[in-house]
Amino acid sequence: MKSWITIDGNEAAARIAYRASEIIAIYPITPSSNMAELCDEWSVRKYKNIWGSIPVVQEMQSEAGAAGALHGALQAGSLSTTFTASQGLLLMIPNMFKIAGELTPAVFHIAARTVATHALSIFGDHSDVMATRSTGWAMVFGGSPQEVQDLALVAHASTLRSRVPFLNAFDGFRTSHEVQKILEIPDETIREMIDEDLVKAHRERALSPDHPVLRGTAQNPDVFFQAREAANPFYQKVSDIVQSEMDKLQTLVGRSYHLFDYVGAPDAERVIVMMGSGAECAEETVAHLTAKGEKVGVVKVRLYRPFDIPRFVASLPATVRSLAVLDRCKEPGAIGEPLYQDVVTALVEQPHRNRPIVVGGRYGLSCKEFTPAMVKAVFDNLAVESPHNHFTVGIVDDVTHLSLDVDSSFSAEDKDSFRGVFWGLGADGTVGANKNSIKIIGGETENWAQGYFVYDSKKSGSVTVSHLRFGPNPIRSTYLIQKANFVAIHQFGLIYRYAVLDQADIGATVLVNSPYQPGELWEHLPLSFQQQVIAKNLSLYVLDAYTVAHESKMGVRINTIMQTAFFALCKILPPDEAIAKIREAIQKTYGKRGPRVVEQNFAAVDLALAALKPVIVPAKAFSRVGMRESVPAEAPAFVRDVLGEIISGRGDQLPVSAMPVDGTFPTGTTQYEKRSISLDIPYWDPEVCSQCGKCVLNCPHGVIRAKMVAEADLIGAPSGFRSATPKFRDAEGSRFTIQVSAEDCTGCALCVEVCPERDKSDSSRRAINMNPVIEITDEQRAAWGFFQTLPDEPAMAEEPIYDNAKSIQLLRPLFEFSGACAGCGETPYLKLLSQLVGDRLLMANATGCSSIYGGNLPTTPWAKNHTGRGPAWSNSLFEDNAEFGFGMRIALDGQRQQALHLLEPNRETLGDEVTDTLAAPEKADEATRRKRRACVDELKARLKGTTRPDLVTLLQLADSLVDKSVWIIGGDGWAYDIGYGGLDHVLACGKKVRCLVLDTEVYSNTGGQASKGTPRAAVAKFASGGKPTAKKDLGRMAMTYGNVYVAQVALGAEDSQTIKAFIEAEAHEGPSLIIAYCHCIAHAIDMQRGLDQQKLAVECGYWPLYRYNPARALRGRNPMQLDSKPPSRRLREYAEREGRYRMLMQSDPAAFEELIQSAQTDVDDRWAAYTRLATTQEVKK
Amino acid sequence: MNLTTTYLGLTLRNPIVPASSPLSRTPGELRRMEDAGAGAVTLFSLFEEQIEHETEMMGHYLDYGAESYSESLSFFPPPESYHRGPEQYLELIRKGKESLEVPVIASLNGASMGGWTQYAKEIEQAGADALELNIYWIETDPLVTSNQVDERYREIVAAVAGAVKIPVTVKIGPYFSSLPNLAKNLYESGAHGMVLFNRFYQPDFDVEAREVRPKIEWSSSYELRLPLHWVALLSDWIDLDFAVSSGVHNRTDVVKAMMAGAKVATCASVLLDRGVEYVGKLVSGLEEWLESHEYTSVAQMQGSMSYKRVANPSAFKRANYMKELQSFPPPPPALRR
Repeated sequence: MKSWITIDGNEAAARIAYRASEIIAIYPITPSSNMAELCDEWSVRKYKNIWGSIPVVQEMQSEAGAAGALHGALQAGSLSTTFTASQGLLLMIPNMFKIAGELTPAVFHIAARTVATHALSIFGDHSDVMATRSTGWAMVFGGSPQEVQDLALVAHASTLRSRVPFLNAFDGFRTSHEVQKILEIPDETIREMIDEDLVKAHRERALSPDHPVLRGTAQNPDVFFQAREAANPFYQKVSDIVQSEMDKLQTLVGRSYHLFDYVGAPDAERVIVMMGSGAECAEETVAHLTAKGEKVGVVKVRLYRPFDIPRFVASLPATVRSLAVLDRCKEPGAIGEPLYQDVVTALVEQPHRNRPIVVGGRYGLSCKEFTPAMVKAVFDNLAVESPHNHFTVGIVDDVTHLSLDVDSSFSAEDKDSFRGVFWGLGADGTVGANKNSIKIIGGETENWAQGYFVYDSKKSGSVTVSHLRFGPNPIRSTYLIQKANFVAIHQFGLIYRYAVLDQADIGATVLVNSPYQPGELWEHLPLSFQQQVIAKNLSLYVLDAYTVAHESKMGVRINTIMQTAFFALCKILPPDEAIAKIREAIQKTYGKRGPRVVEQNFAAVDLALAALKPVIVPAKAFSRVGMRESVPAEAPAFVRDVLGEIISGRGDQLPVSAMPVDGTFPTGTTQYEKRSISLDIPYWDPEVCSQCGKCVLNCPHGVIRAKMVAEADLIGAPSGFRSATPKFRDAEGSRFTIQVSAEDCTGCALCVEVCPERDKSDSSRRAINMNPVIEITDEQRAAWGFFQTLPDEPAMAEEPIYDNAKSIQLLRPLFEFSGACAGCGETPYLKLLSQLVGDRLLMANATGCSSIYGGNLPTTPWAKNHTGRGPAWSNSLFEDNAEFGFGMRIALDGQRQQALHLLEPNRETLGDEVTDTLAAPEKADEATRRKRRACVDELKARLKGTTRPDLVTLLQLADSLVDKSVWIIGGDGWAYDIGYGGLDHVLACGKKVRCLVLDTEVYSNTGGQASKGTPRAAVAKFASGGKPTAKKDLGRMAMTYGNVYVAQVALGAEDSQTIKAFIEAEAHEGPSLIIAYCHCIAHAIDMQRGLDQQKLAVECGYWPLYRYNPARALRGRNPMQLDSKPPSRRLREYAEREGRYRMLMQSDPAAFEELIQSAQTDVDDRWAAYTRLATTQEVKK
Repeated sequence: MNLTTTYLGLTLRNPIVPASSPLSRTPGELRRMEDAGAGAVTLFSLFEEQIEHETEMMGHYLDYGAESYSESLSFFPPPESYHRGPEQYLELIRKGKESLEVPVIASLNGASMGGWTQYAKEIEQAGADALELNIYWIETDPLVTSNQVDERYREIVAAVAGAVKIPVTVKIGPYFSSLPNLAKNLYESGAHGMVLFNRFYQPDFDVEAREVRPKIEWSSSYELRLPLHWVALLSDWIDLDFAVSSGVHNRTDVVKAMMAGAKVATCASVLLDRGVEYVGKLVSGLEEWLESHEYTSVAQMQGSMSYKRVANPSAFKRANYMKELQSFPPPPPALRR
C-alpha cells in the first residue's frame, strides 16, 4: 500500500541513509545538520536499519574528522554515511580522494550550499559539490524531496554494485528545507534494492587481522600512474549500474528515472540542461509554454558524474537547435561553468546531428530565486539568432551586462492551486503552525502540498515568511509564491515595514491579526495597503489574535489561533473536519506537554473562530498613515540606497553595481536600522541611580549609554532628557546622563535584573525599570538624538582610569544594536572589548553566532568612534580562525619592524621628536597612544608627496607604528572542537594574540549541538541522554605552555574580575586566552535571569573564576589567582534551573542522578586542582 | 509495652511517623525510616501545580528561539515527553510498598481543583495505604471571604475523598476563622483525618538588597504548642484521626501529642537535623517514658489531656488568655528601652 508522507528534503535523504547504514559520522553544518539530527533522534529511539541493528551516530570535531572516521569505518567493513555541505564537504575532500581511490562503497548526502568567497552564505548552490568533481565520486542530483529520497536509494544501491562512492546532492534550503508530500519508500523496497551479496563483498574487503592485507600504501613514479588507471573499468560501469538501479526502483515503486530525463515538446528546438531544484521550475515553465505551442524542453541531469555522453546526447530531442546549460555556481576565470563545459565537450565528442548552439548561464547562486519568468528569459535568449553566452539570469548586471532581461509579469503558477503567504515573527510560532497545516493538508486530503519558509538574518525579532501551496496537481514551483490567493499578516506592525500585499493576486483573501476592530482597521492601514486592497479587490478579515491568546491563557503564542482562522478561510476541509484535524494536530504537537497546554490550545481554536470577522472595505483609500522608513533619510548614501533596500526586503532588485566588488562593507550600520521590536523598554530613574554602570556594562545590545557632559552642553536639551549630579570624582559642575535607544532595545530586561539599587519607598522599582511601550515617542527619539550629539569624551577634570564598570560606562561602545538574541550572554563581552581597545582592534571572528550578529547583512554592530577609528572585523572560516588572526598579528609585527628600521636612517627628514617618540618602546597607555598617533600624523605630513622608495614604504607602513590589538574570537565549537588544533598552535607560537572564547557550551548558531565544551549531564543534540563526559578544561591545557595568559570569567558573577582579565590579557607580552561564560537560549533558561545563572555557576564551583598571569611568575609570584570563593552550593542547585539539565531529569531520572553526581565530582576535582595550582609556592624565577 | 496506634484505619506499630519531607525521595530512604522504627512513612509531596508548571515551562524554554533563524530551527533534540507527570512518584510508592512492612502514606500538595483527583487515583492505584492532602493556600484577594476559602478546602477534599477508596487525611495551616467548623466540614466531606499543621511559609527580607528571600527554617519544640492546642480542642468533638505536625523534637513532644488526642506524631525538622535514625530514639524514648510512668499502652494516654479531659479546660480558651496576659510581669526598668 502506498504511503504518503509530508516531509522536507533533508528528512527524505536521512530516512534512506539511516536505514541503509551502520555507522554515521557527522559534524553539524547548515543546511545539512537536520539530517544528522534526525538520524541521532532515531538512533536514540532505537529505530533499526534494514539489517535490524541500530546505526551508530557519532558527532566528530570537524567534517575532516567525520570523513576520517567514515573512512575508517568503511575500511573496517561497515556501511557508512554522512551529511554535510559547503566548507564541510571541502574539508572532506582529502578523504574523498582516498575513499574513491580505494574503490569503497559509500554515500554522502549533500544539502548543497554556497562555498564562502567574498562572503559566507548558508544558502544553496552547487559550488561545494562542483569543488569535489575531481575526487572520483559519482554524483546524483535530485530536485525535490521525492527525487531526493528516490535517488538516495539509487545511490546506496549503486555504490555497492559499482564500488564507486556517491554523493547524493540536492539544493540546500530550497530542497533540503522544502516540505513536500511524497510517497514513502518502505523498508521492504530498500531491502530489495540493497543486494546482500554486495554487502557481503564489502565486508569481505574489510581490513581484518584474520585475513590481513595492506591498503593505503605509498607509491613511486614507477607505478602510481598505472595503479590510478587500474580502476577505470569500475568507472566505465557506473552509468549502466545507476540506470539499472533506477530501472529496478521503477519496477518496485513505479517512479521512472534516467541519467538524463527529458521533459517537454517532442519536437523542441530550444532546450535547457540543468540539475537540482531549478529543473522542477523549468519543467513547470516548459509545461506552461508547450501548452501554448512553444517548442521547448528541459533535460534534467540525474547522474552528473560520471557524465555519460551517449545517454546525454540521446536524451536531446532530434529537433533541438539551441541549448542553454544552466549552472548553479560560478567558476571565475573558467571557459564556462562545469555543467556547461561538460555538455560542450560531450557534443564535441559525440555531435548531435543538428549541431545545436550551446550557451551557458549562471543562476540561483546562494538560493537566489529562480522563477518561471527567468526560465522563459533563458528560452527567449535561445530564440534569438546569436544568443548571449555566459549570461546570468535572476539578477541585474549593470556592470558587465551579462544578465538576461526578465519579464517579471510572466507567471506559470498553477491556477488550480492554493497559494498562501504568511508573514509572522519567529517568536509567534507562525512557521510551526504552517508546518503543521501543510502536514494536515498533505496527510488528510488528496491534495499535493508544499511548504517553504523564509527566515530573517536576525536572531531577535526575526521576521518569517511562510509559503504554502496545495492543490490537485503535482507542485513543481521551486520558488517563492508570486501570486498568492491568501495572505496572512500575523503581526500588525509588519504592515508598516514591508510591502506585504505585493504578492496578493486579484481577489485574494487577506487575514490580519489586528488590535483594531473591523470598523476601526481601515484608518490604521498605510495608504499603499489600502490602495492594493481596493485595486486587487481583496477580501479582508481581521482577528485580534493577541486578545484571543490572552483569553485562552496562551500568552503571546498566536500560532493555533491564526492557523484556525486560516483553515476557516481557505476551506480546504469542511469546517468541522478542519477543526477536528487541528485538534488532532494540537494533541500530537502539545500532548507531550500535558493536558493543560492541550486544553488551552483547544480553547484558542474555539475563541478564534468566534473572533474572526470580515472587514467592509471602503471604496476609497484615504490613509494618512505612511510606511516606516527602513533607514532614516539622513543616513549615508550607501546605507540608504543599498543596505536600506536590503532591510526593506528589496535586496533582490539591487543591481550588480550596487555591491562592493570584494565583500568590503562600512561598519557602524546597525545604528540606521531601527527595528523597534520590543514591547517594553527600560526607563532610567536618576533619583534612584547610583551610577554604578552595571546596566550599561551588561546591556547585550548597547542600547543603554552613559555620558558625563558639561552643564553647558545640555542647553537646548529636549524635554524628557534626563541627567543627574555626578557621583564621580573630578566631575564637579558636570552632569551625568543615561539614555536608552528605545528603537534598538530588544526588551531583554537584563539591565533591570542587574541593577543593584532600589527606590527607597518602593522596593519593586529600581534605578532602571521596564515600562510598556506602544509606540516609540518623538520625545524618546529626540532624547536619544540629542544624546548622540553630546561629546563622547567625559567632561571631567581628570579622565578616569577605565578599570571598573563605573568608569567604563563612559567609554563609547563600538559594538551596538546587534541582532543577537534578546538577552544574549556573548555580546556584553564584545561590547566591553570594543570599549577598552575598540579604536585599535583587528578582529578575526570564527563562524558562529558572533559572526552572524557581527557580520550578516544588512548591517553590522561594529562601529566607529568620533575620530573614525573602530574595530576592523573579518571572518575567514570556522576552522581556521586562530590561524587567521595569527596571520594578522605577524603581518602587523612585520610591518612595524620594517617601519621602525626606516625611522633612524631618516631622522633628518622626520625630525627628532617624531623619530624618538616612534622608535621608543610603546607603552600601553592612552597618553602614549595619543602622542604616537600625533607623531604618525606628523610623519605623514612630512613625507607627503615623497618619491624616495624607502620613504614611500615608510609612509605606507606608518600606521603600524601605533600598535594594534589583534583579538581572535569564536565560540566553543571553534575553540574546543574544529579550531582547537589551530588555537593550540597559535597559543604555542608566543605572539601577542588575544583569544576570546564565547563559551555557550554548545554550537548555538547551528542549533545546539554538543561540543567538547558541553558539560556532563546537560542535554544537547548528539547528547540526548545527557553528555556522558566532562567538559574539556581548555584553560588548564593552555596554562601548560607557561607563557599564555589564561582567564576564566563570568560577567554576571563578578564584573570587576572580567574587566581585570580583559585589561591584563591585552597588556600581556605574549598570547592570551579568555574563556567567558555565556548564558544562551540553548540552555533553555529564562534569559532575563542569565546573569543570575552566571552567578550560580560560579557559586557552585562549576565555573571557577581565575586568572593565570605568567607576568606574575616573572616577579616571583604564583601566576595562578583563583578569584572566586570555594563552592558554597551544590552543582545541582545550578543545574536544576536550566532546561538542558531538566530534560534529562524528566526523561531519565536515574541517568541524571548518575551524571549529576559525576559532574559534581568533576567540579570538586577541578576546584581542588585549581586550589593546588593557586597555592603552590613553586614558581618560576 | 503496647506502642501501637490506629491512624486512618491503619494499625501502626507506634505513633511516630516521619512527616512529608525531602528525606523520603528514594526507596532506600524509606527503608531507612522503617529500619529506624517508624510507625509509617509519609512520602515527600507531589506538587500538583508544579507538574503542570514544569511541563509548560519546559515546553516554553525548549521552543524559545526555535523556527526563527535559518541555521537554528530548534535547539534541543526532541524530547520523548515534556510531561514529567507523577510517574517517578508512583514508582516510589510501588517500590515502597514492595519493600516495606509499615504503611506508606502518599502526600499530594496543591492549591486548586486542578489535577487532584487524577493524581489521587493514580496514587491509590500505585498502592499507597493512605493519602495526605496538603492544601496550602494564601488568599490575597480582599474580595474573597473566609467562607469562600473554607468552601474551597471542602470542595477539594470532597472531590478527592469521593474519587478514592483509601483514607484521606488533610494537612492545613492554622489560620482559619473557625477551625472547628472547618474540621467538621472536612469530616463531612469525607476526610478521615487532619494533620495539624503545615508550616507557614514565611519569607524573610534582605534589607540590603531590598528583596524578599525564601527562607525555610527548621521547627523547634516551642512550635508544638499550636498543634497541641488545636488537637486537644478538636479531637473530642470531631471523629477524625489527628496527627500533630510541627515541633515534635523529643519524646516529651510525642507524649504531649498523644495526650492531646493525636493518633500519630509526625516530625521532619528533627530528622533533617539528626538523621532518620533519630526515629529510633523517639520510639525508645516514648517506650521508656510510658514504662517509667506505668502506662501499658499508647492508647491509654491518647486524649488524656484533651479539652474535655483536663482539669481546667479554660486554659484552652479566652479566659485563660486574659489571665495569662494580665499576670505577665513587666520587665525590670533596667531592661526597658
